Amino acid sequence: MSHAAIAEKPASTLRGASLPKWSPWAIAAGSVAVAVGIGLAAGLDSKVQWGLIAGLIFLVATYAIAASVEGRRQAKDRIATALVWVAFLIAVVPLVSLVWVTISRGVKVLNVYFLTHSMGIVADSQPGGGIYHAIIGSLEQVALATLIAAPVGILTAIYLVEYGRGKLARAVTFFVDVMTGVPSIVAGLFILSLMLIFKMEPFGFAGSLALAILMMPVVVRSTEEMLKLVPNELREASLALGVPKWRTILKVVLPTSIGGIMTGIMLSIARITGETAPVLLLVFGNRFINNNPFEGAQQSLPLYIYQQYAAGADASYDRAWAASLTLIAFVMILNLVARGIARWKAPKTGR
Amino acid sequence: MKLQRMNRRAIALGAIAASGALVLTACGSDDTSSSSGGASASSTGNASSIKCDNAKGQLLSDGSSAQKNAIDAWVAQFSKACGVQINYKAGGSGAGVTSFTQGQLAFAGSDSALKPDAVAASKKVCSGGQGIDLPMVGGPIALGYNLSGVDNLVLDAPTIAKIFDSKITKWNDPAIAALNKGVKLPDLKIQAFHRSDESGSTDNFTKYLIAATPDNWKYSGGKAWQAKGGQSAAQSSGVAAQVKQTNGAIGYFELSYVTDGVKAASINTGASAPVAPSSDSATKAIADAKVVGTGKDLSLQLNYATKADGAYPITLVTYEIVCDKGNKADTLPATKAFLRYIASEDGQALLPNLKYAPVPADIIAKVRTTIEGLS
Amino acid sequence: MDTSTEITDTPPPAPQSSAEQKRAARGATRPGDRIFLGLSRGSGIFLLVIMAAIAVFLTYRASLAISKDHGNFLTTFDWNATSIPPVFGIAVLAYGTVVSSIIAMVLAVPIAVAIALFLTHYAPRRLSGPIAYVIDLLAAVPSIVYGLWGALILVPHMNGLFGWLNDYFGWTGLFSWDQGAPRSMLTVGILLAIMILPIITNVSREVFRQVPQMHEEAALALGATRWEVIRMAVLPFGRSGVISASMLGLGRALGETMAVATVLSPDFLIHGSLLNPGGGTFAQNIASKFGEATEFGRDALIASGLVLFVITLLVNGAARMIIARRAEYSGANA
Repeated sequence: MSHAAIAEKPASTLRGASLPKWSPWAIAAGSVAVAVGIGLAAGLDSKVQWGLIAGLIFLVATYAIAASVEGRRQAKDRIATALVWVAFLIAVVPLVSLVWVTISRGVKVLNVYFLTHSMGIVADSQPGGGIYHAIIGSLEQVALATLIAAPVGILTAIYLVEYGRGKLARAVTFFVDVMTGVPSIVAGLFILSLMLIFKMEPFGFAGSLALAILMMPVVVRSTEEMLKLVPNELREASLALGVPKWRTILKVVLPTSIGGIMTGIMLSIARITGETAPVLLLVFGNRFINNNPFEGAQQSLPLYIYQQYAAGADASYDRAWAASLTLIAFVMILNLVARGIARWKAPKTGR
Repeated sequence: MKLQRMNRRAIALGAIAASGALVLTACGSDDTSSSSGGASASSTGNASSIKCDNAKGQLLSDGSSAQKNAIDAWVAQFSKACGVQINYKAGGSGAGVTSFTQGQLAFAGSDSALKPDAVAASKKVCSGGQGIDLPMVGGPIALGYNLSGVDNLVLDAPTIAKIFDSKITKWNDPAIAALNKGVKLPDLKIQAFHRSDESGSTDNFTKYLIAATPDNWKYSGGKAWQAKGGQSAAQSSGVAAQVKQTNGAIGYFELSYVTDGVKAASINTGASAPVAPSSDSATKAIADAKVVGTGKDLSLQLNYATKADGAYPITLVTYEIVCDKGNKADTLPATKAFLRYIASEDGQALLPNLKYAPVPADIIAKVRTTIEGLS
Repeated sequence: MDTSTEITDTPPPAPQSSAEQKRAARGATRPGDRIFLGLSRGSGIFLLVIMAAIAVFLTYRASLAISKDHGNFLTTFDWNATSIPPVFGIAVLAYGTVVSSIIAMVLAVPIAVAIALFLTHYAPRRLSGPIAYVIDLLAAVPSIVYGLWGALILVPHMNGLFGWLNDYFGWTGLFSWDQGAPRSMLTVGILLAIMILPIITNVSREVFRQVPQMHEEAALALGATRWEVIRMAVLPFGRSGVISASMLGLGRALGETMAVATVLSPDFLIHGSLLNPGGGTFAQNIASKFGEATEFGRDALIASGLVLFVITLLVNGAARMIIARRAEYSGANA
């Protein structure tokens, strides 16, 4: 290839002719201009169409120009670059909109009063009230779920990776797979049916149980992945020094992967914090503060958002957005903590 | 060791979370500000007239979203007077009855009376008794529409049936035009919205269609929507929100959801003039109602085919459903006190301001007697 | 790594199979080991018991419901489980679930892969770090928030797109539109795509980052363009990772409840057009119907949940097979 190039153009460098760095921008500007011209001329009033036309012209022009100056392979490369950029920009629009809308609408009623008061006797159609009861409910339910799911999940993953052989391990792996497929609402139905059998009224801990069912397989899977990433050489080295296996796991395998494991747990907490469907069936929802997760109806943040959305009044939409913002903030903080732990605990030899 | 350390850290985290929650519990409070309480502006009820007895704790209740606004207003008054928390979740009549028959609620709200199978199921929950229907809130079901340029739409039963059965699909259909002489109807698709959940509104609305125009509505009726086609949304508020958002939309919901942008159609019942939904016109229609419940049950038979002047035919009555005997001992005092309040004159007097209709005097008198006998 | 003593022919749960055997043979002798093994095996069994309980319970309840169904469970276009006699079928739900997930995958996977490539190979380093971070966070946004955003922001903004699709592609039938509120399968699909985009992007990015530097440098040294490097070195290496990422996203799309329930206008018809409101999905139907369902109605919903469960299982199984077949490319052994 390069031979041929040199043979043809002895005076040139090894690299073929290339477009100047500013050329993509120039082509983009040109195609936008042409598209606007076409749009105006044809009287198309949809800006989406203008955008599409501009995009098409840009791709064609890039390919044509690059192909003529740099060759087909470079042209393809430029097209790929353009497409990747376009895909990125397309994806950014809704995601930015989501964040922007949640923040801009959420801050309207989000204040200290909102965070420290329950709905109480405020009607859904009226302004006022707050999410304090929902925050308490969510925190308690999620904390209890984590206390159940995290130890079980980690130990199961250790079993699967470090000991897992034979029928039991295969069965566990299979059922963990099955479990990840349990729609969250079905987990809720399962607990609900149990509650009905035992004639229990709704209470917060019932929600925790359903959330724990959802959380366990996620913890198992993420922990499993992390443990598998630990190089075997480390295990072998430790074992070769005569360290018992359980100490090897505790002192070598877990520390190496602890960052990833904690990240996995934090992420699964974040996931179940946002679960609405099972909570909807089990904790009933509440307009008042209930600090006891083991007795009486409780509220939870996602359920609160859904109820305020369903109430359909402007004031309740405002509250729904503010609650969403709070929920997202909570989840983000968990994420940041997870990353902090991951970085802090990452083995020094890591990437 | 590491695991232990990690567990210790997890426990520490848990402890922090728990103690954080405890600290939090100290700083939050229930919102009891009267300025935002339901219909406080309209409240004439003076709180001292509410008899609390020894009501306490929290009542769980679920059901009809039709009466939600009324319950919100009542709860505001009652909770302020007695400190009892009434936790009413407007999950729909179907959900309310189901949860009630599973023993999860102190009382349920439903826009249609208990069906025999639900009564049978309630016997398991009410030891020695059964679930009974107590009519508490009446109201018109408005046909809310969103059609720019049309302010006074008149419809009649056959037209309504055809619209909701997707037989009439354009607003300028001759059938609609014939009822609205002189109104310029746009050439626009009709977007008919119905309830996606099981609902007493649907039940009463379709009962009306069956009573008034059986030829055009061949479905058997019930809480679940049966016709094919059309669009749907959950709960009255959901349908109302969709109608508000969509030009050319029509849907059925309680009059209190008829707000900015949504208007209510008047009905040509065959009376001298088309009747608009209002508290008064619904009261007139409900005055015809007969008690058909047996024993302590006070379920009503409404006359949907009424042709009386000024009587709006599409009405519903929301029942509070409780056990006549065998209510749970811990919630009985509060339930009784709350029901007593909403059936009282003060309680019923709140309704017209919220665009509901009070229950006729002779019937509410029976309700009061029944409430006193609850055990 | 090479196996030293014996070749194991069991399907590979982990690359360290042979080393493990040796350790297992020796492991149980020390008390610490025994306790630890007991603990971890115990929790595995605990998990197994719960799962088995759920599976058995769901199957039992579902069979109760299906045996009394007066319609055909698979083909009836209706869901009246509380009526007498009960008539219900999953045809519409299965169609809706599959179609909305397909739309979501078709939209999300290419874009997600492109973003992952953008972040690993195209974006300036200063940009890619923060963006990756933000996308990471977006993956954790709860679905109810997507639902709220979808219902209040996305749906009103779909009118333009739907009108445009109807104008130019209405003739296909798939994109014809009766000007109903845009609360249709396509909107659901788009919302699901937005929801699963961050997940697929995240995992794909991780995979692309692990492409051995040597492969890429070798390709570059041969004079390959950036695109050729990606096509020849990055994508083949990352394929199994991208597939499993997609399956992860698909799993979420299939089981998504609240976002669908807030956005869709449910009914029990299969609409030829993706733009006209209507249809339903398994999870959405359960969420909308459970509240008012009688005990039998709940059994019927559980039966539909079981079908969803089986579908998800098949998808997961398929993904596992694909990944297993391509395991030789995976980074674990490199």
